[in-house]
Amino acid sequence: MNLLAVDTTADACSAAILMQDGRIHERCIVEPRGHTRHLLPMARELTHATGLSLSDMDALAFGRGPGSFTGLRIATGVVQGLAWGLSLPVVPVSSLATVAAGAIRQHGLSDGSGIAVAFDARMGEVYWGCFVQRDGLPEPVSQECVVAPESVTLPAGDGRPWFGAGSGWRLSDQFPASVSQTMEACYPDRIPHAADIARLALGPAESGQGVPAEEAIPVYIRDEVAWKKSGS
Amino acid sequence: MRVLGIETSCDETGVALYDSEQGLLAHALYSQVGMHADYGGVVPELASRDHVRKLLPLCDQVLAEAGCSRADLEAIAYTAGPGLIGALMVGGSVAHAMGLAFDCPVLGVHHMEGHLLAPMLEEHPPAFPFVALLVSGGHTQLVRVSGIGEYELLGDSVDDAAGEAFDKAAKMLGLPYPGGPQVSALAEKGIDGRFRFPRPMTDRPGLAFSFSGLKTYTRNTIEALREQGDLDEQAKADVARAFEAAVVDTLTIKCRRALKAADCHRLVIAGGVSANKRLREALETMADKQRAEVFYARPEFCTDNGAMIAYAGCQRLLAGQHDESGIVATPRWPLDSLAPIP
Repeated sequence: MNLLAVDTTADACSAAILMQDGRIHERCIVEPRGHTRHLLPMARELTHATGLSLSDMDALAFGRGPGSFTGLRIATGVVQGLAWGLSLPVVPVSSLATVAAGAIRQHGLSDGSGIAVAFDARMGEVYWGCFVQRDGLPEPVSQECVVAPESVTLPAGDGRPWFGAGSGWRLSDQFPASVSQTMEACYPDRIPHAADIARLALGPAESGQGVPAEEAIPVYIRDEVAWKKSGS
Repeated sequence: MRVLGIETSCDETGVALYDSEQGLLAHALYSQVGMHADYGGVVPELASRDHVRKLLPLCDQVLAEAGCSRADLEAIAYTAGPGLIGALMVGGSVAHAMGLAFDCPVLGVHHMEGHLLAPMLEEHPPAFPFVALLVSGGHTQLVRVSGIGEYELLGDSVDDAAGEAFDKAAKMLGLPYPGGPQVSALAEKGIDGRFRFPRPMTDRPGLAFSFSGLKTYTRNTIEALREQGDLDEQAKADVARAFEAAVVDTLTIKCRRALKAADCHRLVIAGGVSANKRLREALETMADKQRAEVFYARPEFCTDNGAMIAYAGCQRLLAGQHDESGIVATPRWPLDSLAPIP
C-alpha cells in the first residue's frame, strides 16, 4: 500500500509518502504560517522523489488535531480536495498520538512505556493525552482533553515508566508534581511529523477503516470556546 | 471550459459548475446565517469550521444536479479574497488540492469581481462599459467597469458599509441578525415622512459614502423616543422607514452622479443590499430619467454564491490565467489592483 500523509497542526508543515515496501520519504519545514505555501509543493515533490504519482496512492492520512485551528484546517482542506479528486479513503490521525509515536521511535521507548503528550493550547490550557507503547505504536489510555496545566493527570498507579513529549511540557512547572516528577525524561521539542502519521495510519488503512473525503474533519477538542452569545 | 466555483469568504458556503459553452449548469449554497444569528454577527472560527463540513457535500450535490462526474471538471476557481482569512483558506486548500488531483488549472478569484460580474449570468447581461454599485455588509463602492479587470474606483465608504449600517440599525431596533431584510420588512409598516434622516455626504460633490453619522442619528432618534416613552412598534417601524429611505436616497443620488461622471448609461447593482426592493425601485426610477438601464443578478446571486466565482474564474481561466504560486488567501485586496484579461 502507498500512503500519503500530511500535517499542519503546529508551526511545522510536513508531508510523507509511505511506500509499498515500507520505505518512508518525508519533507518537513518549520515556518509559522507557511503551510499554505509549502504543503502542496511538498506533496508534488514527494511523488517525484518516490517515482510515484498521486494516482498510485491507496490511501491518505492527515493530522486531525488537536492543534492550531487555522493550521489544521489547511491539511484537512488539502486532504479533502485530494481524496475527493482521487476517490481515496482518508485516515484521520490524532496529533497527540503522532507525537507519542515520534517519541517512541526517536528515543527507543520500550514496550509498556507510558507517553504523556502535552501541546500548548494557549488561553492557559494544554491539550493532553496519555499513551502506552504496544508493538512499537502508541495506544491511547486516556481521553484526549484540553485542561489547565495544574489539572493534568496520569492513569492511576500503573507503575510503568512515563515519558513526557510535546510543546506543552514547556509549561511543566505548572503541572502537578505527581505528574512532572514521575517522568523518566521529557521531550518538549517533539513536533508532529507526517512520517509518524503515515506509520499510524497504515494499519487502519489496510483494514479498511479510512473514511470518505467529506468525513475527513478536524478534531478541535476545544469546542466550547467562549464565543459570547449576544445578550449573555 | 467546465469550471467548479468555490466560495467560502464569509458565512456562506457556495459551489457552482459553470460551462463556458453551456452556461451555468448547477449551483448550491449553504448559509450559516442561522448559526451566527445567536451571536449577533459572524464568528470567524465557527464560519471556518462550518465550511470544512459543508464544502464537499455541496460539490457532490452540484455535480449530481448537473449530471456530471468529477472527471468532467476542467478547472477550479475559488474566492481568494477579500474575506475572513481562516474561511478563505478552507476554500483555497480544497481548490488547490483538487487541482493537483485532477491536474487542472486553479485560480483564486476576487470576491467583489465575482459580485460585479454576477449579472452576466442573467438572460440580459449588461455590455461594457458600466457603472457598478457594490453594496453589501462589507462594501459600498462605485466602480467604472470597462472590461473584465478594468476597474476604476469612483467612490468608496469612508467608514461603515451600507449593509453594516442596516445591521447596526436592526440591532438598535431590537431586530435579529442579519438586520437588512428585517429593517426593510419593518419599514414597510412605517409611515413615510414621520421622521427625516440626513442623506450623508450628498450636500457636497463627490462619490464617497459615509454611513456612521446616519447610524448615530438613528441611535439618537431611538433614544429620544425611548426617553419620551414613545418607542412603540409603530415608532420603530417609522424609524426603520426613515432609515431605509435615507440609505436608498443616498445610494441613488451617488449612482446618478457616478453615471454622469463615468459617462455611462448602464448601472449594475450587486452585493447583498442590491436585493433591497426599495433600492431597486429608486434606482429604476432614477435610471429612467437618465435614460439609463439598471442590471442586477437574481436575488440568490446578489448575496454570496459559488456561481459568480465560477463565472468570473472561467473568464480569466479562458484567458490563460491561473495561480502560479499555490494557495492564495488575501483578506484585504483592493479591487482596482486586479489585472485586466489580455
